[in-house]
Amino acid sequence: MADACITFRDLTLGYNSHPAVHHLSGAVRRGSLTAVVGSNGSGKSTLMKGVVGMLKPMAGSVAVTPGTRVAYLPQQSELDRTFPARVVDLVSLGLWPKRGLLGRHTAQDRKVVSEALMAVGLEGFEQRPIDTLSGGQLQRALFARILVQDAELILLDEPFNAIDASTLTDLIALIKRWHGENRTVMVVVHDLDLVRTHFPEALLLARSPVAWGEAKATLAPENLLRARQFHEAWDENAPWCATDDDHDHTHDHHGHEHLHHAHAHAHDEAGRAAREKVA
Amino acid sequence: MDALHQFLIAPFTEFAFMQRGLLGAVLLSISACPIGVFLMLRRMSLTGDAMAHAILPGAAAGFLLYGLQIVPMTIGGLLAGAIVALGAGAVSRLTVQKEDASMAAFYLISLALGVTMVSLRGSSVDLMHVLFGTVLALNNAALMLIGIVAAVTLAALAVFWRALVAECLDPLFLRSVSRLGTPVHFVFLGLVVLNLVAGFQALGTLLSVGLMVLPAAAARFWTQRVETMAVLAIAFGLVSSISGLLLSYHAALPSGPAIILSTGMLYFVSVLFGTRGVLATRRPRHAHRIA
Repeated sequence: MADACITFRDLTLGYNSHPAVHHLSGAVRRGSLTAVVGSNGSGKSTLMKGVVGMLKPMAGSVAVTPGTRVAYLPQQSELDRTFPARVVDLVSLGLWPKRGLLGRHTAQDRKVVSEALMAVGLEGFEQRPIDTLSGGQLQRALFARILVQDAELILLDEPFNAIDASTLTDLIALIKRWHGENRTVMVVVHDLDLVRTHFPEALLLARSPVAWGEAKATLAPENLLRARQFHEAWDENAPWCATDDDHDHTHDHHGHEHLHHAHAHAHDEAGRAAREKVA
Repeated sequence: MDALHQFLIAPFTEFAFMQRGLLGAVLLSISACPIGVFLMLRRMSLTGDAMAHAILPGAAAGFLLYGLQIVPMTIGGLLAGAIVALGAGAVSRLTVQKEDASMAAFYLISLALGVTMVSLRGSSVDLMHVLFGTVLALNNAALMLIGIVAAVTLAALAVFWRALVAECLDPLFLRSVSRLGTPVHFVFLGLVVLNLVAGFQALGTLLSVGLMVLPAAAARFWTQRVETMAVLAIAFGLVSSISGLLLSYHAALPSGPAIILSTGMLYFVSVLFGTRGVLATRRPRHAHRIA
């Protein structure tokens, strides 16, 4: 696909040989705005980590079009709020892709930073130490940093947690602005109504992809029902995945044959959902 | 006035060993104090302490083979420090074990090894020298070493400053925009080892970490900016170097502990009276602004 920003090819991501994202195929169009939905443990955050490259695929591949600048806002930030930094220092980190380790921050850069702060409604917060910010204010500051990063692909992992209505409205407006600027945006969201109102596309995950496409169709009741039926817990005795081509099958001796059929069937279904999306 | 001169200046103008001691301590303060600031901000102050112990077997190996000479003991210390830093760093980055536990394991083994090696040959006087150093017996080679370490440290800090700040403030972000995260962590550990080895001649393994950690810990109570904190830590280091040497001269105390005790005084003053210290933050305030 010529205008794909991210391409998944039979991607499986996971931990300790247990899949968290199972056989995902498809592509995220350049300039699209996609909500990633699914219950806890359905692989949403894992997928984000896979796209950023922080988690290597167990099988298959995920490819971001080369040269794409990526901005990623993780769900569990490792931000140290006790670090002696001001809001302006935090937001200026976003200049890294442009200035790197040694590039001088110019007057123009400082202007970009203060405009970003203005855009997220944090005017006058420049000199505030970051340990005095409220949760919502910090989230606004992190959005300002993404603005400064000027990335073509923006990945937001549950950015609306513990956020009040007015901050939510502002953040949604920013996301829509990025969408309008033809940036590719993927957002992990839990509020389905929010997805239906504001997101053109959605990917419904339940470890395997359940549905992917136009948001309202993806979130249809039958899809949500299917998504709810997956088992979150790992099964230590689960058979090795048959379609996993580069897996070593030699240590798989027992209970495979009679389980194979049901398992393969599950794949077919997921694969069909994913193929529908690509088509 | 003359008495003041006699008390503060004369010791340094009259005695060459005091001048050397002062030069060594000043260079060490400029170099080790900013490193200490990052050590503290990364919650690694105790790691610095552990690293100081870890250097011991290397220095002891040099001491066993060549006697009390700076070059072999320094090289041995650097090697031991590097092995412990890399080993502990690798264990924490590659396994589930956190750095505090892996560092503790490595340094305890290292310290036991070091004490064993020193006791194999040396008397307890030698052990005291290795553990507590002699700032008043710095020779040219030792001063040269401290000077080189200070130059390397300042150059590395200038180059990696932004990455160090980013790695402390938001490591996940740094990983998402750059591959420098892990290298910069090891560069930093390398600088810690380098400064501990440099300080070890002057202050000994046990106290060299004091000049690194205490001024930084004191500076934390006065400011909310990293840059200011580093400068302030250097200033505290310089003040305590001078006052420690004078204390050691006039009261006939061992120089290393005298310098560290001076820093300790500054630390307690800062804890109490700093702008972010106990009195300023715990004093009940009846007036507040409307916004």
